[in-house]
This record gives sequence, C-alpha cells and structure tokens, in this order.
Amino acid sequence: MNLHEYQAKELLKKYNVPVQEGIAVDNVMAAEEAYRQIKTQTGNNFAVVKAQIHAGGRGKGKIVGTEQRGVAVGKSVEDIATISKNILGGTLVTIQTGEAGKVVNKVLVAQDVYYSGPNPVKEFYLSILLDRGTKQNVIMYSTEGGMDIEEVAHNTPEKIFKEWVHAGSPLQGFQARKIAFNLGLSGEAFKNCVKFVTNLYNAYVGLDCAMLEINPLFKTSDEKIIAVDCKMNLDDNALMRHPDLASLRDVTEEDPTEVEAGQYNLNFVKLDGNVGCMVNGAGLAMATMDMIKLSGGEPANFLDVGGTANAQTVEAGFRIIMKDPAVKAILINIFGGIVRCDRVAAGVIEAYNKLGNINIPIIVRLQGTNAEEAKKLIDESGLQVQSAIQLSEAADLVKKALA
Amino acid sequence: MSVLVNKHSKIIVQGFTGTEGTFHATQMIEYGTQVVGGVTPGKGGTQHLDRPVFNTVADAVKATDANVSIIFVPPAFAADAIMEATDAGIELVVCITEGIPVQDMVKANNYLQGKNTRLIGPNCPGVITAGEAKVGIMPGFIFKPGRIGIVSKSGTLTYEAADQVVKAGMGISTAIGIGGDPIIGTPTVEAVKLLMNDPETDGIIMIGEIGGGMEAEAARWLKDNLRKPVVGFIAGQTAPPGRRMGHAGAIIGGADDTAAAKMKIMDECGIHVVASPADIGKTMVAALTK
Repeated sequence: MNLHEYQAKELLKKYNVPVQEGIAVDNVMAAEEAYRQIKTQTGNNFAVVKAQIHAGGRGKGKIVGTEQRGVAVGKSVEDIATISKNILGGTLVTIQTGEAGKVVNKVLVAQDVYYSGPNPVKEFYLSILLDRGTKQNVIMYSTEGGMDIEEVAHNTPEKIFKEWVHAGSPLQGFQARKIAFNLGLSGEAFKNCVKFVTNLYNAYVGLDCAMLEINPLFKTSDEKIIAVDCKMNLDDNALMRHPDLASLRDVTEEDPTEVEAGQYNLNFVKLDGNVGCMVNGAGLAMATMDMIKLSGGEPANFLDVGGTANAQTVEAGFRIIMKDPAVKAILINIFGGIVRCDRVAAGVIEAYNKLGNINIPIIVRLQGTNAEEAKKLIDESGLQVQSAIQLSEAADLVKKALA
Repeated sequence: MSVLVNKHSKIIVQGFTGTEGTFHATQMIEYGTQVVGGVTPGKGGTQHLDRPVFNTVADAVKATDANVSIIFVPPAFAADAIMEATDAGIELVVCITEGIPVQDMVKANNYLQGKNTRLIGPNCPGVITAGEAKVGIMPGFIFKPGRIGIVSKSGTLTYEAADQVVKAGMGISTAIGIGGDPIIGTPTVEAVKLLMNDPETDGIIMIGEIGGGMEAEAARWLKDNLRKPVVGFIAGQTAPPGRRMGHAGAIIGGADDTAAAKMKIMDECGIHVVASPADIGKTMVAALTK
C-alpha cells in the first residue's frame, strides 16, 4: 500500500525522524492559513506547495492545460493561493503517472529548506528495502540526491552504496556511522545523520514498510539532516497488525475497478489488451495472459479468483472484465484441484444467465477435478460459450475468436 | 528413492484442528501419506482425525518421531510456527500459509541459518512424491507416478504441468512447489539440484515467473550440470513493470528479472524454454526421445 508524502512524514515524525515541516490541505483558504503558520514558525517568507499524488516526478510534471508545476515555491500569501488554486482539483501529469495523469485532492504547504545559513546545503539519496538475494534489509544511499536514482545507478554505479542489516539485530552504530562518513558529513551534520538513519531504520521495521525512500535526504545550511520528500510503501500482508495504518489508504489513487475487485477478494490488475481472462492461481493467470498474447491477442487484465471460484466470484469477475469496452473475448481458465470444475461451470452458467446480453465470445477451459462433467454442463447449457479441456485447445479458440 | 518426502516420512500438521488443516490433512491421509499427528497449542492431549494432538512441536516429535511438518497456521503466526518446527529438529518444514509479512520471514530465515532444517515455501502448494506421500494441498489424482520432476513457484501451474506430463504418457517422481513469496526457504536452484541428483528422475520441469533472480541462478548451475533434460517456462511475459501480479514476489523490479531476460539466460544455459504454457508436456517428450 502506497502512502502520500504528507502521511509518510507524519509517521516518520513519530519515530523522531526530522522532516521538512508542512501542513496538508484540500482548499485554497486552508493553504493560505497553513502558509501563515509556517511563516510564523520559520520566520521565512518562502514556502513550497507540493501536490499530493502517488507518483514521483511532481516537480517536473505539469497540471493539464496549464504551465503549473506539481511542486512550486511562493513567497507571499497571494503566491501560495494562486499555486494552490492551480493545482487543487487539477490533473497532474508526471513521468510516472502516464498520460492520463492523476487528480490532485490535497497539497502539502511546506517550509522552504533552502534558507541561508553558515554552510552550503547538500542533497543526498537514501532508501531502505528488502534485498531478495541476501534475504536481508538493505540501506541504499548515494551522494547524488534529488535526481532519478535509476539514472545514477546506470551512469555512475560507484556512487551508490549499500549497507545490509543483519536479520537478527537492529542497525548497528558502526553501520550508521559508515553511512554518514560515506556521505561526506562531519561535525554536527554527521551526528544528526547517524541519528536520522538509525531512527529511519526503526521506522522501516516498526511500520512494516516494503520500501522507504528519502529523496532528497537534505543537509540544511545549519547542519540539520531532514527528509524533504518521502515515498513509503507498506507491506500489505502486515497491515493486520497496524489497523491505524490501514485507514491511511487512499482509494482515489487506485484504479476503481481494482478496488471493486478487492471487495470480492479477487486479485485484479487492469491492462490495456482486448482479451479478458479469469483464472485460478497467480502463476496460471500470468501464464494464461502469455498464452493470449501468443494466440494473437493482448491480455486486458490479470485476474486471479483464488482457490474459491464459485458462482458469486465468477459473476463479479465477469462484470468487472466487461466494464472495459476494449474487451473482445473472455477466456476463463480454471484448473480444478480442490475446486471442482462442475461447480465452476454451474457458476459460469448462472452468472451468464443473470448478466444476459453478453455479446462477445466466452471461452471456458476447465481442467482437473470433474472436468468432463463440467464440459458436458457447458456444452448442454445452450449458451454461447465454447468449452475446452486442454490448454492448447483454449489457445486455438482464442485465436479463432479474434480472427 | 525420490526426494524430500516418501512413504516413510512421518508427518505432523501444525494448525491441525483449524479448517484448512483439517481439510487438507484429511486429503493427505486419503492419499496414503503417513500423518502421525498434529499441533494446536492448547489442544494437546486430544485426538483429531484419529490422531494425537500436541501442544508443541517438540512434544509431537518426542511422541511420534515425526521428521516432516506441514504448516497451515494463519499468516500472523506462521513465521513463529516455522521457527518452532526448526527448534524441535524437524528435517523438512513445508509452509503452505500465504500472506506472511516480509519482515517476519526475514527473521525466520535468519533463525534457520546453521540449523539442519529445510524449509519449503511459504505461500506454496507443498511437495508430492507421486504414489507415496502428499505433503501439500495439490489435487493428488493428477500426479500419476513416473520419472519427471517438477520445480515451480506456482500452484495451479504445477498442476497444469503435471497434467500435461501424464497426458503425454509419462508420470511424476516428485513435484516441489517452492512458493511465490519474496523470501522462501528453498530456492529454485536447490530444488533443481535435488531432482538432478535423484536416480528416479529422468527429466525436470522448471516453472518460474517474473521477479527475483532465482531462475537465472538455477540456469547458471544447470549449464555445467545438465545430466538430464530440463524444460523451462517463465510466467509473466506480458506483465507490466512495477505491478504486483498476485504473488507477493511477482513484480518486475529491474531489467534483469523480466520474463524475457530469464528465458534468454535459461536458453543460453541449455534449458528447453517454452514460450507457451501449453507446450510443457510435449516439449519434455521431445527432449527425452532426442
């Protein structure tokens, strides 16, 4: 589950991780008030307005139909009002959102961190994630902050450092110090960085993050170390022990069809093809998508109905797939193990009759427990459903349907 | 011979009296698997499915000499169950549970280091040695005994492959469902090694999917150890980058864990790579008769 920047920063503060301070608002008046508060706190006229969406590249992205960037600096209450007005309710297109962009419902009015002081400011990069190879958490960091880290990894791999944390213990002091030294810090900034990294790792573990990225990790002119931006992705499987975090989910950021599918315990991912599919098991679902492609089609979705395919889930699956007008055929591929194929077939027939008006070819491949009985049920139902038992037969039927 | 489990394996079920544990233990017993008891904390001393229930795995091992455990414990407690079985000296732990938090598995995996326990899974269909022992949730009737081994990240895709093998006139020695999570106990390469060294296995089917580097690792080992034909398939050739496709581990992170990249490495290492999942069975037949 992804969080917004403002939500992630609030969580980090609970772990004593210093962040760029700000106030999240959903209207212009509140943005003005937030600016006044921040100005009072910082004594600085400058403040920054940041669009809150689940995608990166906001600073370079633009609101559709305008020249307004997704992150912009203002130095008066009028500036802040204008920027907030431009951004709120607008659709922000960034390199990560795709052409459709994302509607901005909230902005974070935040302190300007580039205030002047005795020393120059510096930007770094730091993230924590699971290294599947070593089965340990790894802290990845670089002196090259504020830019696209994949580009840094590609062009200058020597500038990316990694620190693996032993699974049986917390981050050790020497490791935090190593990170701070490798970032070239000394004095107060060094001490602050050691504290920052230690607390950030505790947040990563304590919140059951799947990924935690701070970019830029910022050294201010007065030697503070703060998180200016934060991408936090929580482990969905761990939300059961964090009921408070589950409520931070913003469903407006997700595909509405995927949200609906989730309510039926269906695992659905929307794709751009023309053949819908409904499969039991994630691996077989991916394999079925591949087979659709090899048959000359493009998969319109990934849909795993899990181990409990019945009339209700099949019906929900049908309805969700058919919402997409691009779908020209639907392939149902169930390998019955514990699930009995004849029950699934009965579910397909029931759902088909209930929905009516299905005017695209439906191909049903049922194999495994009671497959023969299932094929008979489908064939004798009088419905416009084509049945198959072998996977290769199903592939041929898809080919024919698209021809 | 076969690998991992056989008719002599003595199996206990952790989460024995729960719905899942009861259902699948019943199926395992019907298949002829030697289920010697189970563990449900607080229900020790009672009987379930005509077998003794114990409070701890240690008690169960002491009383039954069990050497294999299968776990049906809910996600929040499953990592703990893995560690308990390890502590009790169980040789093979098969964890079926799906949805274990990743940080729990980081801990459990660390706990396993240096111990004599092998973990299969989590988030897997289990292990079956056809005609001898079913330690998992797979439909047993599909797995007719024979001499083809299967290693797979996916449940239903394992059944698909087994079915094609049987329809092609062959049968299964041992099928190992290694699991679809980011952290699993036995990676592809280790499962492939077991089957490569098994005198009762003539050919190996290796089924992977997008995400991680396990298939590439297995392929590199196979390059120098290809004493039997290996047929490979990678699910997710059409998966978009960055999206999680059902399995927690099935996400394309970089350029190297795409289906195309894995298939290329496998092909270069001498594996018979199939593009369509419908071709697994016939490709094995062709490879064996060559």
